[in-house]
Amino acid sequence: MNARDQQNGPIIRIRGLCTRFGPQVIHENLDLDIDPRRVVGIVGGSGSGKSVLLREIVGLMRPAAGRIEVFGQDTCALDDAGWRDLKRRWGLLFQDGALFSSLTVAQNIEVPLKEHSQLSRAIRRDLVDIKIALAGLPPEAAHKYPSELSGGMRKRAGLARALSLDPEILFLDEPTAGLDPIGAARFDELIGQLQRTLGLTVIMITHDLDSLYAICDQVAVLIGKRVKLGTIEDLLREPDEWIQDYFLGPRGRAAAGTAKQIANGHVTTDRANTD
Amino acid sequence: MAMSQTTGDDTPWVEARQEADTLAFALGGAWVTQRIGKQAAALDTAPLPGARRVSLDIAAVAAMDTAGAWLVYKTIKQFRAQGLEVELVGAGKATAGLIETVAKSDIPCPPQPEPENPLIAILLRVGASTVFICREGRDLTNFLGHTVSVLFRLAVKPWRLRWTAWFSHMEQSGLNAMPIVGLISFLIGVVLAYQGADQLARFGAQIFTVNLVAVGVLREMGILLTAIMVAGRSGSAFTAQIGTMTVNEEVDAMRAIGLDPMEVLVAPRVLALIVVMPLLTFYADIMGLLGGAVMATAVLDISFVRFTRQLSEAVTMWSFWVGILKAPIFGFIIGLVGCYEGLKVSRSAESVGQQTTRAVVEAVFLVIVIDAMFSIMFSYLKI
Repeated sequence: MNARDQQNGPIIRIRGLCTRFGPQVIHENLDLDIDPRRVVGIVGGSGSGKSVLLREIVGLMRPAAGRIEVFGQDTCALDDAGWRDLKRRWGLLFQDGALFSSLTVAQNIEVPLKEHSQLSRAIRRDLVDIKIALAGLPPEAAHKYPSELSGGMRKRAGLARALSLDPEILFLDEPTAGLDPIGAARFDELIGQLQRTLGLTVIMITHDLDSLYAICDQVAVLIGKRVKLGTIEDLLREPDEWIQDYFLGPRGRAAAGTAKQIANGHVTTDRANTD
Repeated sequence: MAMSQTTGDDTPWVEARQEADTLAFALGGAWVTQRIGKQAAALDTAPLPGARRVSLDIAAVAAMDTAGAWLVYKTIKQFRAQGLEVELVGAGKATAGLIETVAKSDIPCPPQPEPENPLIAILLRVGASTVFICREGRDLTNFLGHTVSVLFRLAVKPWRLRWTAWFSHMEQSGLNAMPIVGLISFLIGVVLAYQGADQLARFGAQIFTVNLVAVGVLREMGILLTAIMVAGRSGSAFTAQIGTMTVNEEVDAMRAIGLDPMEVLVAPRVLALIVVMPLLTFYADIMGLLGGAVMATAVLDISFVRFTRQLSEAVTMWSFWVGILKAPIFGFIIGLVGCYEGLKVSRSAESVGQQTTRAVVEAVFLVIVIDAMFSIMFSYLKI
């Protein structure tokens, strides 16, 4: 019922993407379509270009060749004003939160609101409080500086900042890396819940098989300089050795087992009680 | 509720109307973070006396995000708190869900702590800085002792010194500094000669420009300028290098492996500056005199031969040694402060910058203080 529902076709569409670092080819003729309101996990071996792909989609890097369309707009053809408008429509969570260290958590979250909206100071403050609660941070964290927070709290604060403009797409770079298993499970749950209530499209780079099983609708595997997109079941039908190893290796099987047990209601976890 | 963001004007709007005992709001347009502006104030319309009910009609709202949902929720909350009956009309399933989410997240954060009374704040800052400077002095003295003891240990066991690192730092802070130190000294020689000649010409004593340049450059200018350049170039680099290593936990890793950072990081750097500073000063002296000589020949009609003859009369060997003797001490201090501030970096990128600035300021300050003390000492010794 919302403007963002009017989007027809994929929200991100990549065609013929090539990336090279000198003689080293990272992506070659890579195609990828991501539909709105999906949670897509990007996986791949070290050096397969996951972070590079993400950085290219959000315009922090330019590909050597190819076309990247976000919301149906070709990002390579955009002028500065077009980029500014586009950047307001997505949020980005960096690996360690990338909070501005000289600002408190509340000020960090307020930065995009101050820059990109005409809301009054009081409403901005109210919205910051809501985002802090949405990201699952305790209210006392609002006036702390990033250096006073734990890694998990920094990620939540980074997430709150990424959500401050109510983006349509949320990009996450290894959201659960460096968190303990309980913290990671809570973070997964939080992202799933935000995705459902706010109608987000979530694109996350992850090495965490539990996250893939728990919240991802689709998985994009970067392999052989291309990408293979599908649900985990689809991917399991691929003959590729790396994919088989990835999902059917000891860790993959363990994560799949847990996911199945949770789905069947055999395991009660405390994931559900995070609001 | 079905309106596209691209077609038509979707600026958010509010209409407030009171009929009998009902205050009716109608909302429309896109109630999203980036569109809402002054309209929000209209939601604060106070009900006229006699109102018992409030109705909020959001059927015409084209798009809503958490900002819009918060405003709607806040309005409902405020009127309920005034004892009015509030009804929300025309909310779709998604919008209702969003408003519910916002309601659940309505956990106000504590207000920002009030800033101190300015007078007390000034007193606090003065006190804190005083304590800080005293502590810094104590810690730096402590570090000085530590470094000296490590250097003595290395003198007894020279094979423990990191020779490669030592030579590499000598190259970086000595050899690579030559162009800039040379250029600056040359220019200062030119400036001294020019300004001196201007004044001395009034007494017809132009030839004494040579004395001015020679004594000035050899005793003070050569060494001071070199020290300031090295503090800015190498002292800051030491802090940044060691500081970044501290941030990356490399220094902790060294300690864990059983390497002494004092031996591995501090000693080669400090020793490099002790060796390099006299050499650079010697070079700066020559370039400064050369600058003076060039100026004298070009503008003042003092030929190069006359310049050198006057030079040998003007200065004794001691003028030269006064400058050179200070060099290793200044080098030691610059290296010491650079390394000390680098090891004091806490685990944040911001602190690397802070400590680097502090290292340069402290090194230059100490160099000038000690230079003043040397001047007093030399004047007692009548050198």
